[in-house]
Amino acid sequence: MTYRGKAHVVGANIDTDAIIPARFLVTTDPKELGANCMEGLEPGWISRVKPGDIMVAGPNFGCGSSREHAPIALKGAGLPVVVAHSFARIFYRNGFNMGLILLEVGDAVDKLGDGHDLEVDAEAGKIVNHTTGEAVACMPVPAFMAEILAAGGLVGYAKARLAAQG
Amino acid sequence: MPFTVAEKILQAHSPEEVKGPGQIVRCTVDMVLANDITAPLAIKSFDAMGATQVFHKDKVALVCDHFTPNKDIASAEQVRVVREFAQKMGVTHYYEGGDCGVEHALLPETGMVGPGDVVVGADSHTCTYGGLGAFATGMGSTDVAAAMALGETWFKVPTTIKVQIDGELPEYVGAKDLILELIGRIGVAGALYKALEFTGSTVAGLSMEGRMTMANMAIEAGGKVGLFTADQKALDYARAAGHPDPKAFAADPGAAYERVVAIDADDMSPRVACPHLPENVKPVAEVGQVPIRQAVIGSCTNGRIEDLREAAAVLKGRKVAPGVRLIVLPATPRIWRQAMDEGLFTIFLDAGAVVGPPTCGPCLGGHMGILAAGEVCVATTNRNFKGRMGSLDSFVYLAGPAVAAASAVAGQIIHPAAL
Repeated sequence: MTYRGKAHVVGANIDTDAIIPARFLVTTDPKELGANCMEGLEPGWISRVKPGDIMVAGPNFGCGSSREHAPIALKGAGLPVVVAHSFARIFYRNGFNMGLILLEVGDAVDKLGDGHDLEVDAEAGKIVNHTTGEAVACMPVPAFMAEILAAGGLVGYAKARLAAQG
Repeated sequence: MPFTVAEKILQAHSPEEVKGPGQIVRCTVDMVLANDITAPLAIKSFDAMGATQVFHKDKVALVCDHFTPNKDIASAEQVRVVREFAQKMGVTHYYEGGDCGVEHALLPETGMVGPGDVVVGADSHTCTYGGLGAFATGMGSTDVAAAMALGETWFKVPTTIKVQIDGELPEYVGAKDLILELIGRIGVAGALYKALEFTGSTVAGLSMEGRMTMANMAIEAGGKVGLFTADQKALDYARAAGHPDPKAFAADPGAAYERVVAIDADDMSPRVACPHLPENVKPVAEVGQVPIRQAVIGSCTNGRIEDLREAAAVLKGRKVAPGVRLIVLPATPRIWRQAMDEGLFTIFLDAGAVVGPPTCGPCLGGHMGILAAGEVCVATTNRNFKGRMGSLDSFVYLAGPAVAAASAVAGQIIHPAAL
């Protein structure tokens, strides 16, 4: 599956309090969380996002708390993909579990600028920057995590395991 | 083949042969944890998985500690969801009232977690139990829901960074200063995906409280776990707390470490992490003139009895500076009672502090000490991200209890010896 959208670039060490501040954690609704996404970075930040746009971030994206509300808020805000230099580990697991596409590209993230027109092919592990004409390769999804994705995410995986247990 | 502490604990919980870093292994879990913010999402996922019962009624802990005592209607509704789930599932360890404390202080002191355990929790500071010698790590709600249903989870076996700390800690220097020093050196992503293993003579001399303070902030370096080798002190602590079967795991001689970071305790002074990242660490003497509006002493990092004693020793016979709010939040009811019985509250109240209930409260900007624009707080908590404790234009400095208490008295960030 491919995704095409405008890049929104944020910096290094974007923490989960920036993605969704704790005061909004009194709901589990993706729309409500999405409406307040990135309020901890800059009030009103999310108003620049059109559904299908792509988040581009520096190292250690999603550091801090374990709140699954963070990937839910990003998805709820209409951001299906995050391309980052690297991800914090709890956020990385959460993203997969919530069906948010996460691509780790290392230093090549510098080739993706704010407002650039990006096309992401998650399976092929490729990002095409239509603004510059450059292509960026990303780390493949680890095999075990691909299995979980194939089972429809962790919910599907656990459901199949529970059904097998009878 | 020689193994690290992390590898040995994982091996003890996995039917697969643990070969080394990078391998993905499935492990059984000894305790699964969620709180009033993360449990509602976990319950949603648990239901979506078609699960109808938790894998073990005594091995799931639901601790409503973040926004409790419930700060508003929405948080009360979340707690109701958790309570009803706990009742339906017959979960033994459900807490929301007078028996409730900050989860990472409550679980160790009641023996729910102990040396050798594998613990997963929908809270990033679950790594606190590494202080006891448990492989404990934070995960998201859905991972925790799967663990609640299946009694197992998966891990990528981490590489380990060995943190060697030797020497005598000078006066006013404690576990918080050591962990801040480490985060300052390796950075907030310095241990990303990795295990930290703490060792050395200083570490051996630390109390269990001190070890938990250090392990607690492993996540602030990006770490998966912050592990101490369980010694006799750790085993005695766990048994006294009521843990049924604590097990000690030590690293083999010759175990492979990605790198070794050495800290000389003799050279240490109190440390402060400046806004807005836990890695912005300086000796307190180099922070400069920073007037404060609030000081918070509490949290899963530094809300234990030893921390309160340390603060009280500084505050005794002194007054909080005019215009400064000092908020003290003992982390559990047991710690609260102990502090009361030892007369610490008299010292706090005489100094002009507010003593509140056990809660995570202000640490995450929940309630009971939120900052307005321009306000500066020195806190014994674990994160100083922009806006973490309130306004996006407020400032949080992280420090140990002695520095926080001294700063409340001076009205600015200060070395306790300079009072």
